[in-house]
Amino acid sequence: MSALTEGGDAPPRGVRTVGVEIATALVLTGLGAAAMWDSRRLGIGWGAEGPQSGYFPFWIGLVLVAASLGNFALALRARGTAKGGGLFVTWPQLRLVLSVLLPTALYVAAIPFTGLYVASAVLVVWFMMRLGGFRWWVALASGAATALVAFVVFEQWFLVALPKGPIETWLGY
Amino acid sequence: MEEIGLLMQGFAVALQPDNILLMLLGVSLGVLIGVLPGLGGANGIAILLPLTFAMPPVSAIIMLSCIYWGALFGGAITSILFNIPGEPWSVATTFDGYPMAQQGRAGEALTAAFTASFVGAFIAVVLLTFLAPLVAGFALQFGPPQFFAVMFLSFACFIGLGRGSPLKTLAAMMLGFLLAAVGMDTVTGQLRMTFGSTEMIRGFDFLVAVIGLFGISEILSSIEDGLSFKGQKAKIDLKVVLRTWAEMPRHWAIALRSAAIGCWMGITPAGATPASFMSYGIARRTSRHGDEFGTGRIEGVIAPETAAHAAGTSALLPMLALGVPGSPTAAVLLGGLIMWGLQPGPMLFVEQKEFVWGLIASMYLGNVVGLLVVLVAVPWFAAILRVPFSIIAALILVVCAIGAFTVSNAEFDIVLMLAFGVVGYVLKKLDYPLAPLVLALVLGDRTEEAFRQSLLVSQGDLGIFFSTWLGGSIMAAGIALAAWPLLGWLWSLLRPAAGRERPKPA
Amino acid sequence: MTSNTFSRRTALFGFPALVAASPAALAQRAWEPTRPVQFIVPAGTGGGADQMARVIQGIVSKHSLMRQPLVVVNKAGGAGAEGFLEAKGARANPHMLVITLSNLFTTPLATGVPFNWRDLTPVKMLALDEFVLWVNAASPWKTVKEFADAARAGRLKIGGTGSRQEDQIITAALTKATDAQFTYVPFRGGGEVAVQLVGQHVDATVNNPIEAVTHWRSGTLRPLCVFDGKRLSGTEKMTATESWSDIPTCREAGLDVEYLMLRGIFMAPGVTPQQVAFFAGLLDKVRETPDWAELMQQGAFNTTALDGEPFREWLTREETRHKTLMQEAGFLAQPQ
Repeated sequence: MSALTEGGDAPPRGVRTVGVEIATALVLTGLGAAAMWDSRRLGIGWGAEGPQSGYFPFWIGLVLVAASLGNFALALRARGTAKGGGLFVTWPQLRLVLSVLLPTALYVAAIPFTGLYVASAVLVVWFMMRLGGFRWWVALASGAATALVAFVVFEQWFLVALPKGPIETWLGY
Repeated sequence: MEEIGLLMQGFAVALQPDNILLMLLGVSLGVLIGVLPGLGGANGIAILLPLTFAMPPVSAIIMLSCIYWGALFGGAITSILFNIPGEPWSVATTFDGYPMAQQGRAGEALTAAFTASFVGAFIAVVLLTFLAPLVAGFALQFGPPQFFAVMFLSFACFIGLGRGSPLKTLAAMMLGFLLAAVGMDTVTGQLRMTFGSTEMIRGFDFLVAVIGLFGISEILSSIEDGLSFKGQKAKIDLKVVLRTWAEMPRHWAIALRSAAIGCWMGITPAGATPASFMSYGIARRTSRHGDEFGTGRIEGVIAPETAAHAAGTSALLPMLALGVPGSPTAAVLLGGLIMWGLQPGPMLFVEQKEFVWGLIASMYLGNVVGLLVVLVAVPWFAAILRVPFSIIAALILVVCAIGAFTVSNAEFDIVLMLAFGVVGYVLKKLDYPLAPLVLALVLGDRTEEAFRQSLLVSQGDLGIFFSTWLGGSIMAAGIALAAWPLLGWLWSLLRPAAGRERPKPA
Repeated sequence: MTSNTFSRRTALFGFPALVAASPAALAQRAWEPTRPVQFIVPAGTGGGADQMARVIQGIVSKHSLMRQPLVVVNKAGGAGAEGFLEAKGARANPHMLVITLSNLFTTPLATGVPFNWRDLTPVKMLALDEFVLWVNAASPWKTVKEFADAARAGRLKIGGTGSRQEDQIITAALTKATDAQFTYVPFRGGGEVAVQLVGQHVDATVNNPIEAVTHWRSGTLRPLCVFDGKRLSGTEKMTATESWSDIPTCREAGLDVEYLMLRGIFMAPGVTPQQVAFFAGLLDKVRETPDWAELMQQGAFNTTALDGEPFREWLTREETRHKTLMQEAGFLAQPQ
């Protein structure tokens, strides 16, 4: 992981803004087009009793496509200029963002399998040990406490059923 | 006056010791519920409703309405501290509240939010006490065309307020409308843009999107500058409450206007969320410091909070007097009334005087109790910012995940929340404004629905929007508000294009 | 096996405090939930089904009818499709109940979502919800005939809850029975619909009794007929002159339309008969409480209850009827 860190006084390097601009504009164009395509099935006309189901989504999709193509053109035009050469995020910044984003993504992916409580406890422990430098037993205790408090508040007091996994099943919940 | 006497009797009921205890309990639970995003007032009250089943109706409604007050107060807390709106109506509070917290003025922002909420609710309760029958009649005038006019006015208040690129503002707003349209079309019952996926049937819930767009994306972008939150160094004690109070009377005009907007929107009943947006938009437009809104102006916190709380309170009036809930939470309270054997509607005020006035008295007291509870807690809330990043970030993520799940009990919503977080991070860094997106997402489907209902009623005749004095005048106000900045906006759209075609100016 | 259980329960009739002890006493022989039971509501918070689910939850906890808690979970997406699909997917899970309304039939037909009531295990019909034809008291229509004549003379607007659901189906049936065209305007909730009628934004509604009763009593709405085979049972005077039982049935009034909405309880597919028997017994206890009686009286419900084979037959009949009605009205989903 540390290999990614840039050292020295070299100019910061990273993801260029113009690339992200172009990608975003294209994705939004795609979403708009998908909306227009789906709306055709529902009817995009203006019937005797007002607009049909697909009327608004179709036109909204069309405006989104138009606006995004405009943004796309602006981004292309700005490619050579100083503004277009700016960085969206530098590599060290991206590394920090990913150090939070990746564990969170794993956490979300794990919830259907382990249940929310266990996954949350693990997330807290991971964050405290990797990002906060806490001792393992402090982290472990905090993680367990988080899961326990959440469990008591939601399952016991408010009677809200949150996703549960094999451990909770084994305990009889 | 008859009302005063009845109100005094109501106070006698509400001031019984066990009822006061229930108030404290209700407000504290409400604050907790309001702080947890997703587990909002409506869900929270629905969850606790069966527990009140064995209580006498007056005590039960006192406790439940205090949960409602608590949730209204609590929604502001996470908005200000972490940019995560705990409730839909506190989205507008994040616009200035969060920048204030980043500047180390979290205590000030919280105090302003709570006090403004109190003022809004108080004005609404006074209105409720003396004008209930009159106001209920007013609410009856609102059919689909009038309702659409109100929604149109909410949008009009916001048009042209963005500072960013007009094309990006447009794209963001359209994206919001599209997301709002996904799922079941309420007018024809057809599924739209679900592309055969059962997970998409639910559509994109506003809260799930907002938790991601605002909360998660904020965590992502704030750690670029290192693993910490800004604004944690502020010295915070209870004196901040007094200092803020000393400053607040200056903004009495904004508070009064916002309360009026809130009461009106609550009775219509359009609800607290559009009220908070509309009030923020108007405050920004009329303020001499309009350009500084969004950078941490205290007015930007006062306006939406006053309006939201006034709307939340007055939303109970159409519920009690007509049986129409002005908000989802009021809808659940309505269910509660029926469960206790009380039939909301015009007869309630005639046949259940003790109950109605006990409830109104408890609104006065519940708000006072609520204000005291949350103000005393301000330093503690603000101190949360000093907890090390690695702990608080993990806890925020867990709370957000729980919040996203509880909105509609769906695991897929947690995935969506994270996706919205990444989307929000990218859009924010590229200067796509998020406010129009959120506004379109929260009001989009109700607006379309009202529009299409109106045309069903009129058999396709657009004239229906101007056929009554009420709808017509709201529409006219909306058009006037929308047209002025629209001209400037069109101008700005043309100008850069013209600038590019010209050869290099010297 | 369960005959013993039932006699024991009937012996305890009218002693709610003692009823609490009975599940414990039965623990050795019959099945009993071992973890919290999820109670799925395929509709939003605050609606009729949600209210009923929460009343049941309240009754169960107030009278301690079950040792494990009942946890209400709203799954409203896609007119309830989400809740039904969840239950369908929870095969053999005995800790899940579903309360249904007419969307049990209408949602799969209108949206094409792959679901059918046979994917669930029917437990019990708790009650049937009535529908009444309401008009504004200021309108000139005092009888169904006057209303139908007016509708034939000029298109009238009927407000209702949701789209391609019970209210719109009744409207379609009205069209068929009267030969008049109606404009159906969908709203979000029953209370809102009733107020739209009070405010004269629509000409008529088919609200449930509980949604409109307060406006009737305050003299702003007028009931014309009830869409049931027999008159409502409430004889208490609701206005100066009328009680629920004074409202004619639509058939008496010359309008051949009958519609009742199911309020029933289902379980996931593949559960054992013992598990079904436990919840059927539990619901019987719920129905015996005074709290339940009060809800039934408040909402002027039709208190017919069915289980086992008669319930299945009723469901089969209703499904066919919904399909016919919706097909005639053109409400079936087009293939994507």
